[in-house]
Amino acid sequence: MPGFPIIPEQASTAAWRVDAVFFLLSALTAFFTLLVGVLIVYFAIKYRRRSEDEIPEQTTGGNKLEIFWTVTPLFMAMGVFAVAAVVYIQMQDAPPNAMEVYVVGRQWMWKVIHVDGQEEINELHIPVGRPVKLIMTSQDVIHSFFVPDFRVKQDVVPGRYTTMWFEATHPGRYHLFCAEYCGTEHSGMIGWVTAMEPSDYEDWLGGTVRTSEGGASTTSPAAAGEALFQDLGCASCHRATGDGPGPSLVGVFGKPVDLASGQQVQVDDAYIRESILNPAAKVVKGYQPVMPSYQGRATEDQLIQLLAYIKSLGAANPTGSGR
Amino acid sequence: MASVTLPAPKPVASTPPTREHYLNANYGIRSWLLTIDHKRIAILYLLSITVMFALGGLAATVIRVELLTPEGNLVSADDYNKLFSAHGIVMIFFFLIPAIPSVLGNFLIPLMIGARDMAFPRLNLASWYVYIVGGVFGLYAIVTGGVDTGWTFYTPYSTAWSNTRVVPVILAAFIVGFSSIMTALNFIVTIHRMRAPGMTWFRLPLFIWSMYATSLVIILATPVLSITLVMLLIERVLRVGLFDPALGGDPLLFQHLFWFYSHPAVYIMLLPGMAVISELIANFSRKRIFGYRFVAMASLGIAVFGFLVWGHHMFVSGQSVHAGLMFSLLSYLVAIPSAVKVFNWTATLYKGSVSLQTPMLYALGFIALFTIGGLTGLFLAALAVDVHLTDTYFVVAHFHFVMVGATMMAYLGGIHFWWPKMTGRMYPEGWAKAAALLIFFGFALTFLPQFMLGYLGMPRRYHAYPPEFQVLNVMSTAGASILAVGYILPLVYLFWSLWYGRPAGPNPWGASGLEWETSSPPPTHNFDETPIVTTGPYYFRRQVRVIDLGSSNAEVRELAHMNRPNQPGGSK
Repeated sequence: MPGFPIIPEQASTAAWRVDAVFFLLSALTAFFTLLVGVLIVYFAIKYRRRSEDEIPEQTTGGNKLEIFWTVTPLFMAMGVFAVAAVVYIQMQDAPPNAMEVYVVGRQWMWKVIHVDGQEEINELHIPVGRPVKLIMTSQDVIHSFFVPDFRVKQDVVPGRYTTMWFEATHPGRYHLFCAEYCGTEHSGMIGWVTAMEPSDYEDWLGGTVRTSEGGASTTSPAAAGEALFQDLGCASCHRATGDGPGPSLVGVFGKPVDLASGQQVQVDDAYIRESILNPAAKVVKGYQPVMPSYQGRATEDQLIQLLAYIKSLGAANPTGSGR
Repeated sequence: MASVTLPAPKPVASTPPTREHYLNANYGIRSWLLTIDHKRIAILYLLSITVMFALGGLAATVIRVELLTPEGNLVSADDYNKLFSAHGIVMIFFFLIPAIPSVLGNFLIPLMIGARDMAFPRLNLASWYVYIVGGVFGLYAIVTGGVDTGWTFYTPYSTAWSNTRVVPVILAAFIVGFSSIMTALNFIVTIHRMRAPGMTWFRLPLFIWSMYATSLVIILATPVLSITLVMLLIERVLRVGLFDPALGGDPLLFQHLFWFYSHPAVYIMLLPGMAVISELIANFSRKRIFGYRFVAMASLGIAVFGFLVWGHHMFVSGQSVHAGLMFSLLSYLVAIPSAVKVFNWTATLYKGSVSLQTPMLYALGFIALFTIGGLTGLFLAALAVDVHLTDTYFVVAHFHFVMVGATMMAYLGGIHFWWPKMTGRMYPEGWAKAAALLIFFGFALTFLPQFMLGYLGMPRRYHAYPPEFQVLNVMSTAGASILAVGYILPLVYLFWSLWYGRPAGPNPWGASGLEWETSSPPPTHNFDETPIVTTGPYYFRRQVRVIDLGSSNAEVRELAHMNRPNQPGGSK
């Protein structure tokens, strides 16, 4: 970035919209600050005290003026609120074709798990021109995934999944910061998001697979999840045929399901997670609350693997969703 | 204010130098530590919070020096985290929240409403002792290892992961909360029950209105903080799962509870500042505040709406989108009464008799810093922009403008304005003006670059940072150096003025207000006879010099009955 930049690089589809609201607010701030500043200086000079015992004519307020300067800022404020809210809502839901990537934060590093099995630490490689949805959780305390050049930030909270999405517009390496204070090495919990041309990204995917702690893991999280599904004994109850003590998980993801309580719930990341860790919370209609909790028995990585596997059961290609 | 039907202006005692007042009524350490005089308690608070401000400022100094270079090379990461935590905890809980209420509020509320003391003088003294106990706990925790949670104590970091002195610090914040509650309760009862005859609600100075609003916020919000801190202790000590998901708790619950107190706490710090500014603007323009009733109601509006906006601290925390929309909308609404106040203060100058003495410099500085601080709050209330800005230096700059810039300007402006009343002496005007300018420009240079740092993406609470952020950080540290000089100067010359300052007389400013009708420093019982109030506030009359025949000093005395024909009566 040459010279003395005022704003970070605009590297995502959301960036210019956020900047537009920012400049609108900056203009309003400059206008009102100058208005008040100029009036104060002007009045202070023009009406300076000319003798020690001067008593000025007393003017009192007028209701019309008061209403004018109450209502005018109110309308301006509502306008800015609405513009910022619309941009925010647009930034909320990821497009359906978004590529999913899992992120696990922990003191003091970012672990990234791609659906094809690549794992990265403090790095995230993505293609430009394609929406990327991050499904994030934390192993310990609250962190926050912040990419200034994309104008996106989302807290990463233990015990739940939070999501964010962005679409990079041009290749480059962009700062990744942890924005929520998380302990000693908070300021060291930084990394890079590398946006690549789609062809370069394919090359990167096909290259040496990076893993976090040795042991070249070439299995996708869905495949690892399938093995785990057997190892943890899930398969004995959640039979694909649906005749076990637990409901079949084939094709359930993303669909509504009726609960024993009479309510209905959308099967999403949060519901799957809750059902593994706290199975009695929302039992599917027609089944007994007999499943034991897996709290403490499955790591965050394993939960993500199980999640990826269950998602893959609903898709045509069982080992890779979204690609 | 309040044209007062003074009892026949009796010649002051024939030997003014030995006139008895609250400072010389009795001597000795016991006479201070056991005093129930609201003015002496104010002095006790003044000394205590000044010590706390110095400690918090020391931590800030090390932080700014550390941030001169991108590498974290002055102190260790752990020490840095403890420093910004100590800075925040000391400055917020032990300086900004008590500062104006417990010093200026304690000193002035009875004087302004024509009372002899607070409604509960012993409770008043107890509040100071509670403050001291809280302060000792806090300092003990910091000296024996410190705490690294930040002043926000976010869970589960504070309950399960931090291995620093969390428990004593939480206890300190818990204890000092009761001091605030006692003071606020006292203010509310005093303002309701102790007003002089004729002092109706709409004859009250705006200082009182704003203090009243502050007290309401303190009474309603502080208990929530106390409960939240106890819950935090229960989880940390007894491992009962409330906030930690590993124990079945919800970390966002803590944030909701914490900000339910801590956003209103911003108004606990700001409303007293607005209280002071209304007095300064009126008295240094010699004009009734423009739109008095609107300004008074704006204080209450801020107090009420301030309770409904806490979720704007949590737009990226995982809170629902719908909640985010509501909190954003309400945050925009709370900006309106603040804007109304700024416009009315500015309009008060119009056709006034404006004197740019030191307190007025602070007041005008307040308006400038508060306008910027308030407007940048709109950036953070704007959902899409907040996603980018939250937890960056933009937030740091914003809340320093509002809570420190504005509140400190008001506090120092108030201290200078009422210094002659509190001590009977004038401060040196030249030095004071120089300090006011240094503080204003030092502050601007410290925190304006931080807005830019924030938008460029520098996260807050970073011990080390990428090198491209260095230039702005160097500017900020340079500003902080100027600011430090500006803060040290008043400490020196105000102390000096206690002995060498020019005697002030009862009303050196030609100000209106009951506190200026009594002598400086006031007698222990404030007024020789209970004042009777017959007009509204900010009632300026011509000053007449009366040579007191029994005294060698020419004292400025207000002539009680020189009513001006165009004065409105009790209310607008």
